[in-house]
Amino acid sequence: MSVILKTKNLSKSFGAVTAAANINVEIHEREIVGVIGANGAGKTTFINMVTGYLKPSAGEIDFRNRNILGLSPRHITKIGISRSFQVPQLFSELTALENIVIAHRLMKANRLEVQAPLKTQSAVDAARGSLAEFGIADYAEAQVTALPQGTRKLLDIAMAMAGSPDLLLLDEPTSGVAMEEKFPLMDTVMEAVKRSRAACLFVEHDMEIVARYTDRVLAFYDGHIIADAPTEEALSNKEVREYVIGTELHREKEGKEERTYVESP
Amino acid sequence: MEYFRRTNSFFAAAFVLLLAVGLMAPNWFSYLTTISLAKALVVIGLVILLRAGLVSFGQGLYYCLGGYSVGIAGHYLQWTDGFLVLLIAMVVSGIVAAILGLLLCRYREIFFAMLTMAFSMILYGILVKSVGLGSTDGFNIHSVSFFGWEPGTDKLGLIVYFLACLAALIVAVLMHRYFHSPVGFAGEAIRENEIRVEYLGVSPNRIIFSKYILAAVLAGAGGGLTALASGHVDPEMAYWTTSGEFVFVALLSGTAHVAAVFIAAFLFEIIRTYAFDLAPYNWQMILGATLLLIIFFLPKGLWSIFTIRRAGGGVK
Repeated sequence: MSVILKTKNLSKSFGAVTAAANINVEIHEREIVGVIGANGAGKTTFINMVTGYLKPSAGEIDFRNRNILGLSPRHITKIGISRSFQVPQLFSELTALENIVIAHRLMKANRLEVQAPLKTQSAVDAARGSLAEFGIADYAEAQVTALPQGTRKLLDIAMAMAGSPDLLLLDEPTSGVAMEEKFPLMDTVMEAVKRSRAACLFVEHDMEIVARYTDRVLAFYDGHIIADAPTEEALSNKEVREYVIGTELHREKEGKEERTYVESP
Repeated sequence: MEYFRRTNSFFAAAFVLLLAVGLMAPNWFSYLTTISLAKALVVIGLVILLRAGLVSFGQGLYYCLGGYSVGIAGHYLQWTDGFLVLLIAMVVSGIVAAILGLLLCRYREIFFAMLTMAFSMILYGILVKSVGLGSTDGFNIHSVSFFGWEPGTDKLGLIVYFLACLAALIVAVLMHRYFHSPVGFAGEAIRENEIRVEYLGVSPNRIIFSKYILAAVLAGAGGGLTALASGHVDPEMAYWTTSGEFVFVALLSGTAHVAAVFIAAFLFEIIRTYAFDLAPYNWQMILGATLLLIIFFLPKGLWSIFTIRRAGGGVK
């Protein structure tokens, strides 16, 4: 599998605070990568730099062998990197269906039309299909303000995937979602990701989810990457357990499959 | 096209009705309707901006520019064709908006509102000091012709009325389509969440820039029509109270439908006329009370009378 995203010595500092230092990451096609780390470790900063929202202080970002440093979020979206948000970013006075229709039309158009209707039959059908794919078709006509949190999260991700991106960055897809809904939600999202053949990188605090869905893990600590390895290996890394997962609560018993990982505060 | 057929037939029916009314109604009534149609064009521009979450307190700038363009074209350049001078009014407004828009499209909320008002007051200041353009008195408009035909002064009012109806029909059809187009919805999307719009690959500033120009072109047309109908322009057209009047009408109409703007503009002119008649010294109080009633009982404007609230519902 070829590399689609590559960062070289990526760094970001806000005054005296170093949010990211020497981040060297390679993401391959169709790979599912988990990003873990305590609050303030630089996970979201990394996503913000890759999507052009924050300008790195130093370093390079290549996407499909093209330097994308300095491009705006909208350019980066157009060339195939999409993201979702920790707090869903939706059009709250519109319906779920309208949100998706707008996402589809805005993502796919090179020039927006001023006289043809937005809600053509084909656009609405495509949007309903997308809602169905994420299991939220029942909410199509509901205004976003009336949607439960899990549905909003799914809608946010569905909108990010509207442009069929090559790389999807999910910022804490399960935050704010009830414990018992986390796995069904991730099942839905990961099925959609696999169908779309996109590579996916997601930030997650729940180690059970990381363990179940990712091929590889990047562990951030204090702006640095302290581990970049296949999931199993990364999660048992000594430093990762000390700084990210928390050694006190983590235990590893031979022969016992079920493990409870709790992140250190 | 199927999608717009019902609304378009409604617009066409309203147009025919207006033409018929114009032939029968007394002069004062058709004049009042002409002015309200002209102002409705300005307010549609304002509604386009409102739908994108922006309030312009300076549409008077383009209303005035449109009026003065018509006046100057006739007075100083001897261009008198009605269609031509209206086109000039729109082009001049559009060009000025394209320049100011470069700055304004970066601002939102109160900053946008105040800057738009500032620009319109600059024009007001310039016109007040321009003795050649009649200073505070303004000047009269040369009589216009249509493809070489000059209607006499007795017929001119009716002809301008028909022209206003035609302009209103064209604008209503095009803008109704615009409201439902991807760019129209992009405005609502920007109002709701600019970050998401940016991450959908679209520049909110560029969309706002285009909407600002469109609003200015419509205001220019409205100002031009007003100048043709009243036969006079003065700097008051750029004064902030004039812009405030447009905002008043926009609140009255709401942003839901193009047709609501025409109804609101007409109601506004009627209310003001009768308020002035009833209370020559306190007519503003009647307008103020009307505005309060609208804000309390119809916060989304007149059109909300016709629409059923959909909030909260819809889960099958």
